[in-house]
Amino acid sequence: MTGPLDLGFDFDLRDIVTAVLVLLSALMCFAAGVGLIRFPDVLSRLHAATKPQILGIVAIVADVAVTNPSVGTITLAVAIVFFQSLTAPVSAHMAGRAAYRTGHFRADTLVVDEFTPPPPAARGGR
Amino acid sequence: MRARIASGVVPFLGLVLLWMLLWGSFSWLNLATGVVLALLVSIAFYLPAVALSGRLNILYALAFLVRLLADIVRASLQIAWTAVSPRYRPSNAIFAVSLRTRSDLVMTFTAEAVSLVPGSIVLDVDRENSTLYLHALNVRSADDVPALKRSVLATERRLILAAGSAADLARLREEDPR
Repeated sequence: MTGPLDLGFDFDLRDIVTAVLVLLSALMCFAAGVGLIRFPDVLSRLHAATKPQILGIVAIVADVAVTNPSVGTITLAVAIVFFQSLTAPVSAHMAGRAAYRTGHFRADTLVVDEFTPPPPAARGGR
Repeated sequence: MRARIASGVVPFLGLVLLWMLLWGSFSWLNLATGVVLALLVSIAFYLPAVALSGRLNILYALAFLVRLLADIVRASLQIAWTAVSPRYRPSNAIFAVSLRTRSDLVMTFTAEAVSLVPGSIVLDVDRENSTLYLHALNVRSADDVPALKRSVLATERRLILAAGSAADLARLREEDPR
């Protein structure tokens, strides 16, 4: 008895892996989006912009590599993950540095602040 | 001298490898175009040579990568939960960590790795004094900061063990003999 509504347990293991990875990735991207709205200032939002999405992209890329395992896909997947994890912190750092120096953050949410940027003239020497 | 030659050759080979990764298959044509493009890129976009230490411990490098992957998963789940948690109250910290390394490369990778693991992003770098300024999310009180600092130093330690210079290793051994 096989009809259109037959939900037999003849799933491919690969389908299950795919479903789990896509769901994980979607959840991470969703959480990153929520974080962008809920976190109070630029510095906190940068955390949301770098961290859950890195796991999201690893999951979605791993999913593509699992469903379509060929040398070409896997090498491209490795390159994507490598450069994402290398560039995301750098852009976060640039945005964070600019935000701190221009005062776009909420000092009242800080429990500790050990950073006071030295004036430009004092930079360079020890 | 060996380290200086390696400092030029390794990024070049990296560019060729990247080109081949993007094509996703090996062919002599890919290799040849990769070499030509890598040459063009390194001449047109000249950057000062990165000082490589000339040593690489594969076992420690693997340990670093595995730990980094675990930390990325942990950090992502943690931040995701923080973002959707109904009882979220903003409470952050900015703190300074004085690193032991004197190598730009190790410092860069420490900063990269620290930005991906729980809690912190790099705000500023003081290269002369090897100091990183980090912003951490969800720090309840000032008492939590020493633990954060220790985890950054542990990341640096794993990197030095994997690929740090002999001088960095000696400094590490001297400062915390474990």
